[in-house]
Amino acid sequence: MALRGLLWPEVAAARAVAGLSRLAGRGGGTTLPGKLLWKADPGAVNRLAARLPQGSVIVSATNGKTTTSAMAAEILQRRFRLAHNAAGANLVSGVASTLLASPGAELGLFEVDEGALPEVTTRVRPRVISLGNLFRDQLDRYGELELVADGWRATVDGLSDTTLCLNGDDPLLADIGRRAATARVLFFGIDDPRQARPSLQHAADSKYCLTCGAPYDYAAAYVGHLGDYRCPNGHEQRPPLDVIAREIEPLGLDGVAFTLTTPGGSQRVRLALPGLYNVYNAVAAATLAVAFDIPLAEICAGLERFTAAFGRFERIEIGDRRVLLLLIKNPAGANEAVRTLVDAAPPRVAVVALNDDVADGRDVSWIWDVDFEPLLTGLDRVVVTGERAAELGLRFAYGGLGRDRIDVVPDLATALDLGLELTPPGEELVVLPTYTAMLALRGIVSERGHAKNYWEGAA
Amino acid sequence: MKIRVGHLYPDYLNIYADRGNIAVLSARAAARGHELSVEAITLGDSIPDADLFYIGGGQDREQQLVTPDLAAKASALRAAVDAGAALLAVCGGYQLLGRFYRDRDGTELPGIGLLGLHTVAGERRLIGDVLLDCTWAGETLVGFENHAGRTYLDAGVEPLGRVIAGFGNDGESGSEGARMGRVYGTYLHGPLLPRNPWFADRLLEDALGHLTGEEHTLEPLSDDLELQAHAVSSERARRRGGRP
Repeated sequence: MALRGLLWPEVAAARAVAGLSRLAGRGGGTTLPGKLLWKADPGAVNRLAARLPQGSVIVSATNGKTTTSAMAAEILQRRFRLAHNAAGANLVSGVASTLLASPGAELGLFEVDEGALPEVTTRVRPRVISLGNLFRDQLDRYGELELVADGWRATVDGLSDTTLCLNGDDPLLADIGRRAATARVLFFGIDDPRQARPSLQHAADSKYCLTCGAPYDYAAAYVGHLGDYRCPNGHEQRPPLDVIAREIEPLGLDGVAFTLTTPGGSQRVRLALPGLYNVYNAVAAATLAVAFDIPLAEICAGLERFTAAFGRFERIEIGDRRVLLLLIKNPAGANEAVRTLVDAAPPRVAVVALNDDVADGRDVSWIWDVDFEPLLTGLDRVVVTGERAAELGLRFAYGGLGRDRIDVVPDLATALDLGLELTPPGEELVVLPTYTAMLALRGIVSERGHAKNYWEGAA
Repeated sequence: MKIRVGHLYPDYLNIYADRGNIAVLSARAAARGHELSVEAITLGDSIPDADLFYIGGGQDREQQLVTPDLAAKASALRAAVDAGAALLAVCGGYQLLGRFYRDRDGTELPGIGLLGLHTVAGERRLIGDVLLDCTWAGETLVGFENHAGRTYLDAGVEPLGRVIAGFGNDGESGSEGARMGRVYGTYLHGPLLPRNPWFADRLLEDALGHLTGEEHTLEPLSDDLELQAHAVSSERARRRGGRP
């Protein structure tokens, strides 16, 4: 606190910009001050991070990093004052902005973009890194999955005393863990064959042995290529797990219960979010807490307090109806959103929004890799919206939905209104938006006074 | 009629939503009273009798896994194409149809030489929306490209189209893709066929031509959504596609 503005004028200037940017209505100013600081003095990020007395935690994954870090925050914030980029500004500039905005923080908790992980790690020198999964995602931005994996491998190679929390159910991450020279590696995963999928999904990625190229044998595949795998030629297999979710019991759209096993024992957890992918997020967050030697009961209490991260299974009341926002951004994540909806309560009306800005991915081909079909069979009407609404309409038409059931309404506000109109009072409207469409839709409902702006919620 | 499609390596080469292309072909065939019977052809399988072959794109690793297998299938595939079967190759599949791919280290990975072209790895990936003028058909094609390879056509090889907006084969020549009889190669995905219904129908007509030995013209469908998506994609390419 005492250092604010005294040693580093650029820090004070950047903080002032955050306030101005917010006053000017420019999206809460979550990355602008960080960008300025980073430009003025790139080393300032390193120095700000080095001042955190408890160090930092980095969470990365293709899917679930926002939810995982929000769950971890729920557990950790009772012990530490956090610097946490809860609104999802997850590049170096976002981390810088968060550090600027949290002068009294003790522990940094940063979700970090997959591509930015190497640089953020070098600057922040984290005490713990959690890596959740790698799926194909925004090939126009990240390149192929192997490129991201190479960046992660090189990052982990440079670590010596960082604790690694890795999803052992992901063959690529397990491989990174096996090769890591760092002091402590904790593997997490799911062990409940009853929840396995009958077969690998269409868009499954890392399904061939890294050594010999043979397709893995799966005793159980849970989400995409995540599961209990083994090379038929005896090369690799899922490593022994340190933190495990077992005896999973879906509770409709209201949540999911499971038994959490850590080195400290086992306890039943009732999570207020549904879906196997959220069980993965919860075990990832629990593993992070285990790395801090937090007792099991405290971990479970934190997980049970958790409701929803920004735009991810978030419920917003609008008059006598409710909107359920589920972010979709790549095949693996969208498949899980669809599966969770269909297993719990297949909607009759849905609004699906597809934008193609940089943050959404300019290449919209991924919607054809999503298994939307189980959702389509129960739909009376779907409103497709966003900049690429027509493409989404085509996806559903060629997926077998009658064209008379598809409304193409590119304008998001109009589409939301039509969706609400088609939803009976007292019921819930399912809205599946891509990232920038989610931000815009939240903006629309908050302008109408129904949701907090994200910078208000993120503090 | 029953149109037979041989889909090469769907379990390996599927990175750009290639199954969308197959779904479009199936639905548009069905709308005209035909049936599309799709057979997956994977490692170790022989080349079946088919009226249309499809090969998509994969990540580098998957592409390396199929390359030796495709070499073993090359002569059978060439014989099928010589006998009039149609073939669409997208992205990585397109590169594999050429003579070779020279990677960044100068190593040449052999292709099957079905099309007179070769590919050389470039420094920067060519990524963005694309709009093509296909004067040979009096139509335009729209899609998305994402490739590190620069593909060079031999003299006399026809491109699939001229680039109006986007990078195309090599980012310089203004040509995109290649075509030879009923064989088409292109970098355009998105996937290609949903927003380019005329080209999907062209492939079906080619396949029916192989099946029956006669020319076919399919009756048009009402393609409102398709044409909307085509217009949006075309506007995207004009506004933000790469500049050759």
